[in-house]
Amino acid sequence: MTDPSLQPSRQPWRWAVIALAVGALAAAFAYVGGWLTPQRLSSRQIVNQLQQGGVHPGFRRNHAKGVCVAGYFESSGAASAYSKASVFAPGRTPVIGRFALPGGNPYAPDSSVPIRSFALRFTLPHGEQWRTGMNSMPVFPVATPQAFYDQLVATQPDPATGKPDPKRVGAFFAAHPETGPFLAWVKTAKPSASYVTETYEALNAFYFVDAEGKRHAVRWEVTPEANDDAGTGPQAGDPDYLAKDLQQRLAQGPQRWHLRITLAEPGDPTADATKAWPADRPTIDAGTLVIESEQAQDSGPCRDINYDPTVLPAGIEISDDPLLPARSSAYAVSYLRRTREEAHFPGAPRANPSSEHPQ
Amino acid sequence: MNTRHASYAGAFHPLARLLHWLMAVLILTMLFVGVGMVSTVSEKHEWLLALHKPLGAAIFLLALIRLGVRLRYPPPPLPADMPAIMKFAAHASHWLLYALMLSLPLVGWAMLSAGGYPISLGGSLHLPPLLPFNGEVFAWLREAHRYLAYLLFFTVLGHMGAALYHGLIRRDGVLPSMTFPSKNEIVTVEPVVVVPTSEPPSAPLL
Repeated sequence: MTDPSLQPSRQPWRWAVIALAVGALAAAFAYVGGWLTPQRLSSRQIVNQLQQGGVHPGFRRNHAKGVCVAGYFESSGAASAYSKASVFAPGRTPVIGRFALPGGNPYAPDSSVPIRSFALRFTLPHGEQWRTGMNSMPVFPVATPQAFYDQLVATQPDPATGKPDPKRVGAFFAAHPETGPFLAWVKTAKPSASYVTETYEALNAFYFVDAEGKRHAVRWEVTPEANDDAGTGPQAGDPDYLAKDLQQRLAQGPQRWHLRITLAEPGDPTADATKAWPADRPTIDAGTLVIESEQAQDSGPCRDINYDPTVLPAGIEISDDPLLPARSSAYAVSYLRRTREEAHFPGAPRANPSSEHPQ
Repeated sequence: MNTRHASYAGAFHPLARLLHWLMAVLILTMLFVGVGMVSTVSEKHEWLLALHKPLGAAIFLLALIRLGVRLRYPPPPLPADMPAIMKFAAHASHWLLYALMLSLPLVGWAMLSAGGYPISLGGSLHLPPLLPFNGEVFAWLREAHRYLAYLLFFTVLGHMGAALYHGLIRRDGVLPSMTFPSKNEIVTVEPVVVVPTSEPPSAPLL
């Protein structure tokens, strides 16, 4: 203390300054965390809404019913002119995948929904990964996270009837004309008898970045080599025919898809997953996805993977599609909730991550 | 009435002050980035996430440097007339801050490892996993990361409140020791009582 004029002071304004400074910082933190703005859509709200049909501990909050698969991607090298990602150089990249049904019920009958999904995690050298989640439909119903949330709210089961209220559902779709292409498709879509015969589309757009740093807007899909869907057909009364079909087919040999990259032309929408790109856009066959084995999802290596579609290697970037960050944020909430449930139910079957972690 | 505080001499070393204010900015940024990115579903989620990891690595390295600076240039003593309980709180909260600055980045790194995530510091620069892939371990570490971050935020709030209490209420020179110490405070370090010997000290006491 060198200034003799400075005495301890207990004037109220001095206390007020301290309280104000501390309080303002705490309030800013609460605001950024979303606690002061419950009307602002958050990842927690989306996942809470996905759980409206009931919580199934340990399971994904969406696409809850599924099966793990493993194999590799054999790159043709054809996409390496558009993306510098090492996964597109000629050669093999190991893959852990997962087939699933959309929806939060892990016991839903396979015929209850005409959509199947396919998630992949490519393990690249040097700690890089590429994760993608694809669906067997040509477009996504909605374009924004808010519309997705509103759709979940509008289609949630009415507690009185156990079914969605047709009035609310109708009002939602009437208010959202962007759902038109999806509704037109789903009207004629039928539940497939096999996971293996489906084409799966990454409905969101991404950018490939080539070695010169040039960005190319793309969408990708995997198209199956198997196309014998009509022959087998789901067995009446069996709600789990997809897993059995997969098991049988893999017992006969690996199953193959081609990874096709569609290149956008200027003006094609990248921020709207409800709009398909014109059919004449050039596509590249980037290589063959080979699935060799399947594992039950409650103990297989895909169980503890969060198939966040924004986990990308250098050479692939997200587009301005607003669904992508929302998927990332909401998947992280779902992933924490289900792994926490695993941790709190130590009797639950454990994943077998053998030879699974990149290292 | 003479309530003047006992002499409070000394200030933090300029390097310690630089590191303190640099890290204050980085840590507050980090806390807001963290709490924002897990909540938002907007495009902000992506760049906040991309910022969070290299920022965490930077804070960890700076905290190590700062610990070295603190050991090399010990901080000035607290005012002699501070109540013992207040002194204890001051010391305990500072070590808590150091513990959190160092542990939060490590818990984050371990958590991403256990979740099987790539640990990207930007571009294709990746850290190796600290732990094997295990969802249960991920869940524990993810929760620990959250609650340790809350604890860090509350400790920072307390730290800020205490600094303002020193600066506005006690006015005892603690706040200037980390901001703009008067010239006098920098030079008038309490001389260590040296038992006179036949030889003068060969080096300055500072």
